[in-house]
Amino acid sequence: MIDALQFEFIRNALFAGLLASIICGVVGTLIVVNRLVFLSGGIAHSAYGGIGLAFFMGWPYMLGATSFAFASSMIMAAVSLKSKQRADTIIGVMWSVGMATGILFLDMTPGYNVDLMSYLFGSILSVPGSELISMGCLTAGVLFLIFFFYDDLLAMSYDEEFAQVRGVAVRPLYFMLIGTVAITVVIVVQVVGLILVIALLTIPPYISEKYTKSLLQMMMLSILLGMVFITAGLWGAYRYDLTSGATIIFVAGAGFFLSLLVDTLFSMRERRLWLKAHE
Amino acid sequence: MNRVSVTEPIVEISHLCYSIDGLDILHDINLTVNKGDFISVIGPNGGGKTTLLKLILGLLKPTRGTITMEINKEKPSGRFAIGYVPQHVNHNLSFPATALDVVLMGNHKPGRRFRFGNTAVDRDHAHQTLERLGIGDCAGRKIIALSGGQRQRVLIARALVSQPKLLVLDEPTASIDTKGQTEFYELLVELNKELTILMVSHDLLVVSNYAKSFACLNRRLHYHQSFGSSVEVFDAFYSCSVEEMCPVDVISKDKSGVMNEADHD
Repeated sequence: MIDALQFEFIRNALFAGLLASIICGVVGTLIVVNRLVFLSGGIAHSAYGGIGLAFFMGWPYMLGATSFAFASSMIMAAVSLKSKQRADTIIGVMWSVGMATGILFLDMTPGYNVDLMSYLFGSILSVPGSELISMGCLTAGVLFLIFFFYDDLLAMSYDEEFAQVRGVAVRPLYFMLIGTVAITVVIVVQVVGLILVIALLTIPPYISEKYTKSLLQMMMLSILLGMVFITAGLWGAYRYDLTSGATIIFVAGAGFFLSLLVDTLFSMRERRLWLKAHE
Repeated sequence: MNRVSVTEPIVEISHLCYSIDGLDILHDINLTVNKGDFISVIGPNGGGKTTLLKLILGLLKPTRGTITMEINKEKPSGRFAIGYVPQHVNHNLSFPATALDVVLMGNHKPGRRFRFGNTAVDRDHAHQTLERLGIGDCAGRKIIALSGGQRQRVLIARALVSQPKLLVLDEPTASIDTKGQTEFYELLVELNKELTILMVSHDLLVVSNYAKSFACLNRRLHYHQSFGSSVEVFDAFYSCSVEEMCPVDVISKDKSGVMNEADHD
């Protein structure tokens, strides 16, 4: 890996991975504890409509994807607040309609058609330096917003009703959280792809949740795990000449199952010890 | 069991109506909660018990009528003088927080920015609250590692830590076994020496054994200031429920005076 660092694209990829794991660790933790995984998937996929629209109209990618993702995220947030029981169905509909819209727009765009695969698995190995800067700025912005409202977000994530009794403006805060998720998804999709976003948003926080005692610890451990997965995945992709995005997800998935295995072994050991003690 | 009927009112509900989509959930509710009361609200499912609590907590706005909080006048920061214990204990279980952290959330004040922890004074106080409820040793454990009864106490500690004047509980024993319930109600009686309690419950026996007064709620509310025996509670409860179901019965009952008018607030 050390000799690989001489290449600029590898350095950029590592830096992009670092930023992605920071923002995904923080926002992903909030997504997992607020059970917003499906909603985030919906936002990520409906952002496709925005990508298609951007190509069709000749707009820059960021403008199309951000506006589309943001608008659909606000609709999803409103729906999930209003009709909690059927929110998943409506999110599912928006998920597929968003993707279909994107593909139809690309069909109607004359001339060269972009490779949709690169938006699925991303192209972390071809991130230009300029994109890293805008990604860094947006990451800083999102982190500022979340840490500014951290105490309120903590109260709302644990018990929404109680937070409301204590005077937290739960509704605006919820919309802000969903909006942050939309921005995160758009930033990270561009670099690492849609599927990797979902993996990075969910796998590290899920593993961390079991071993940490506070939301802040959970965020920190998620960031660390994300970094480990991305670095190991990049190394594997470089060493064995594999698709980088898929390799990173594979490593993260392996980590996920490894944590399940470790948990099972621990509980089996505890059971054995208990049986021994009670013989 | 009878209560001396003097005292300062802390919550006054007058002519309160609440309806959703034209459907009356609560109709013309009048209730005064006085300092030192231990009121239990009983009634059938869908009778509006939880809605009434949510209105008192300020989570819902009344369609008509008013709720006056005397406790709000002392503290402009309003609702904080009410401690709230929700119905569901097994809520968001795998959340990464210790029992102490959950209790500390009871001190939450909105508008504090960039705040990532609690002061030593707050932590000490939260610890004492847990000790007082007999679960001081659970402070450092994650909520998933606690039993249902312990979680219930953690939630009560969360409500008590802000030193409220009124404690509002919504079917607090739904997830506790019988032995735990007895302990729990004895704890409430103990707490009632210092604060006012308003509780929703299904359990008529419990009401007759521990509460000082009770209110039947089924769209309308009938407040029974005092009662002699558990039989009276049962009688009152069943006549209240029947009354709502059968309008003809209402007239005959009101005329025959089965429900003593003096008992209606």
